[in-house]
Amino acid sequence: MRRVLSVLAAVVVFVALWEGYKAVGDPDGTVLFGTRVLPRADDLSMPHVWDMLRRLGRPELTGGRPVWQVVLGACLFTLGITVAGFAAGAVVGLLLAVAMQRFRLVERGLLPYVILSQTVPLVALAPLIAGWSGNLSFGPYPWQDWMTVAVIAAYLSFFPVAVGMLRGLQSPQASGVELMRSYAAGWWRTLIKLRLPAALPYLFPALRLAGAAAVVGAVVGEISTGTRGGIGRLVIEYSREATSDPAKVYTAMLGAALLGLVVAALVSLLELPLMRHRRRVPVVTM
Amino acid sequence: MTAVSVSGVTQVFNRGRPDEVTALSDVDLTVAAGEFVSLIGPSGCGKSTLLRLIADLLAPTTGTVEVSGKPARQARLEQAYGIAFQQAGLFEWRTVQRNVELPLELRGQSKAERRERAAEMLELVGLADFAGHYPAQLSGGMQQRVAIARALAVHPPLLLMDEPFGALDEMTRERLQTELLAICAQTGTSTVFVTHSIPEAVFLSDRVVVMSPRPGRITGTVGIDLPARDEAVRQSPDFFSHVTLVRKTLRGTP
Ligand SMILES: Nc1ncnc2c1ncn2[C@@H]1O[C@H](COP(=O)(O)OP(=O)(O)OP(=O)(O)O)[C@@H](O)[C@H]1O
Ligand SMILES: [Mg+2]
Repeated sequence: MRRVLSVLAAVVVFVALWEGYKAVGDPDGTVLFGTRVLPRADDLSMPHVWDMLRRLGRPELTGGRPVWQVVLGACLFTLGITVAGFAAGAVVGLLLAVAMQRFRLVERGLLPYVILSQTVPLVALAPLIAGWSGNLSFGPYPWQDWMTVAVIAAYLSFFPVAVGMLRGLQSPQASGVELMRSYAAGWWRTLIKLRLPAALPYLFPALRLAGAAAVVGAVVGEISTGTRGGIGRLVIEYSREATSDPAKVYTAMLGAALLGLVVAALVSLLELPLMRHRRRVPVVTM
Repeated sequence: MTAVSVSGVTQVFNRGRPDEVTALSDVDLTVAAGEFVSLIGPSGCGKSTLLRLIADLLAPTTGTVEVSGKPARQARLEQAYGIAFQQAGLFEWRTVQRNVELPLELRGQSKAERRERAAEMLELVGLADFAGHYPAQLSGGMQQRVAIARALAVHPPLLLMDEPFGALDEMTRERLQTELLAICAQTGTSTVFVTHSIPEAVFLSDRVVVMSPRPGRITGTVGIDLPARDEAVRQSPDFFSHVTLVRKTLRGTP
């Protein structure tokens, strides 16, 4: 409940900042020594929030479906891809973390590559994955464009899970590990009874980061692979009309933001029942 | 039948490094079945280390450790002992009840059995009303009592306790001492008990083993021969003469 309220408060603050800047900002932007340090505040660059909302209600093109339906449809399409990529990334991240916890050698050998993997620019990655997977197929089901996008989302989201979960699995104190040892519990039972539960407070912040990364991965992935039907594509399409219909592109961005919120809410839904009695650890990303 | 047999054990930590520590040097200790032995000595003399060796949580640098006539490792795998550490070490995501159930769970006991046993143990340490609480909701002393209940839950033939009553108030402490003795006598449990308190060691033990540091070694043993272990005996001259004897042994002046 508190979290829902804080999300609402954040939205209100954002709208206030946006409109506030529009009210006081220079319509031509503030230019210092030849560089623009503050953006233009005119209606073309920063349409009013209510203009965006109003735009949602009107048809996309004359006679077409209303914009909100188009945006929502695109959001759902991208949400599907995001969730698929997020789930795959989370599973891979978890497995990597467990493997790294189990074998010191794996941790030493793998962790640098896990970190390195995130420095590859996404835009360079997308065509690569599309190229590799183009002639893959699962039996009668050929590889599809959306799968490439999901792989990109997974690629971005496995990282926070792997790193956060590894920290979590290593978080139990020596006394807990010794206790399990005194019960003659092997590695597996120590994992189930001690390490996994102890890792939960680390896992959920990591999942939240991974969710955000999956949204970014899906949107950018759609754009760079040219996948149709999703919100990423919509942003590109609408931004072509930015000069004639400036509010329109922002409706697509609202959609993308909504997507992020929905994914965060999904993680919270998972977290609530599991973390009712747990202390929280500060968010750790690295 | 000996419950514990430690012979010629030396424990060196960080061997060959600048921070090398000889925690124990040539230690011999036997605990007979059903015997209650206390380890006492100044901080850092290796009491916890000796206990961890018996529990096979550490492997000795040299020497052998046997529990119930078996190598310590085998005894650990057979869960031949229960252990309570200096810190409670409860699992914060489990309720008090489920913490006590943990060792039973790992022994594959049925849910009903576990329930019953855990309830019995919590009753014993006076925490029956807190079964559904989480460790974070308990005071340090209460947490320690849960840890004791957890160690006792499996009715192990050997009980290893590392200053389990250190964090408790005097009243609770004395009550639990009496309870512990009753349990040990009833079940014939052998006990190795680490403490800093001389009266506690005297009250509980059949034998008090005195240790001294740098390097950790056993410097003396005081047999305790008291007629009974009740509240009255705590005030008896017999009790105080034993306390004095242990104190002298600790100081190294016979
Ligand atoms: N894992 C370890 N690595 C290095 N040194 C250790 C380790 N464990 C114990 N020691 C050292 O061994 C010595 C004995 O430690 P130990 O914990 O057994 O003392 P203790 O008698 O239990 O003390 P206390 O009464 O304070 O609990 C100390 O000097 C300690 O620094
Ligand atoms: Mg100690």
